[in-house]
Amino acid sequence: MSMKCDLVVVGAGPGGSMTAKTAAQAGLKVVLLEKRQEIGDPVRCAEGVGKRALCEMVKPEPEWIAAEVKGAKIYAPDGTSIVMSEDKSGSEVGYVLERKVFDRALAMQAAEAGAKVMVKTRALGLLKKDGVPCGVSAMRVGEPLQIEAPIVIGADGVESKVGRWAGIDTALKLKDMETCAQFLVQDNTIDDEYTEFFLGNSIAPAGYAWAFPKGEKLANVGLGVLGTRSKPGEATRLLKDFVKARYPNGKVLEMVVGGDPCAGQIESTTSDGVMLVGDAARQTDPLTGGGILSAMQAGIMAGEVASKALTAGDVSKAGLKEYEDRWREDIGKHLTRSYEFKEFFVKMTDDDLNQLLGSLKKEDISKMDLRGMLRVLFRLNPKLLWELRHLVV
Amino acid sequence: MIFLLTINRYKCCYCGACVGVCPACALELAETMIEVAADCKECGICTRICPVGALEVKA
Repeated sequence: MSMKCDLVVVGAGPGGSMTAKTAAQAGLKVVLLEKRQEIGDPVRCAEGVGKRALCEMVKPEPEWIAAEVKGAKIYAPDGTSIVMSEDKSGSEVGYVLERKVFDRALAMQAAEAGAKVMVKTRALGLLKKDGVPCGVSAMRVGEPLQIEAPIVIGADGVESKVGRWAGIDTALKLKDMETCAQFLVQDNTIDDEYTEFFLGNSIAPAGYAWAFPKGEKLANVGLGVLGTRSKPGEATRLLKDFVKARYPNGKVLEMVVGGDPCAGQIESTTSDGVMLVGDAARQTDPLTGGGILSAMQAGIMAGEVASKALTAGDVSKAGLKEYEDRWREDIGKHLTRSYEFKEFFVKMTDDDLNQLLGSLKKEDISKMDLRGMLRVLFRLNPKLLWELRHLVV
Repeated sequence: MIFLLTINRYKCCYCGACVGVCPACALELAETMIEVAADCKECGICTRICPVGALEVKA
């Protein structure tokens, strides 16, 4: 079987669905492919998202918000903690989503805008004419399907293949990927009002552990370990230890695992007729691991650029350059900065981390944003943070 | 000696982390199944990123 459209989007996560929605709203004939039977399931995410930025893009619906938090607590290896309030650290915390519902809702918005959604349909490769991509070959419920389209969007996640098929090197080095495991834990000691972050090289080497509330006495408790510091199965093993120590009576209701890119800006996210979005473009924040918002933002940009490029009749790499420029100007700058912080953070010993968070004990940081807090940290620990001085402005 | 990348399908949670780090582009996540292509160099990078330890390069 074969079909034709203007834009085929591979992957119906938040990035793919926003691309499809934006392009369909602009009048493009869009096909959105999802290889799984069910959009949004299984989840591979801690589900935390900044409130402000999310609300700028979509109207939040109560069905897909599992919890709203007051702020974030960060724990040093020695147990010392600092508290950041939500209104100041708003870009990092706010809502904890129900991704299974959220992802489906976004795909539905794309469908409502006119995109054709096809589930259990996996892209197998790019169709090419004279070496230039012109669609995808796919398998739909076991049957071959060819979809011709001048532009292909790779929103196919951490395991992205679209970029590689188009000659874009998206392979991640172990130092640029966190291996993560998470349990949905039910326990009476869970803090329902704050997201919690636990630092320490014995808890999560060159990463961190988290607890994001998901409703009453329920939380996503997980951790990430840097690939270079991991052994086979390390993330799950360490998580079991962490949960046992922190929530001895906790009950595990769900298990989630996944790889989180922490690579910063990759060299290219476009080629002739192809744009990459979200995890596929490695647009995840290297320090926090958050990627929902940047995927959605990039998706909107890709959808807009696709529409312009088709109108202009130039879908070559040069014709898609606006996408590359726009996301790098916005998301990209943030990724680069975060990557420098991450590269510094992964070298820190537990003593360093204790000193840093300990130095904030006498400071009132409740009214500070992340940047303000970094400035204070730098003032109090100039020697330790000397390498980062150019980032503290 | 023949080396082989093996996948314990009972452990695998099909997250695709291994696919993302494979330098040979030899892995594929087909919904709930990791497929290994003949391009696999048995470098073992994927085994280290696997959160559940489902991958192993056996001698």
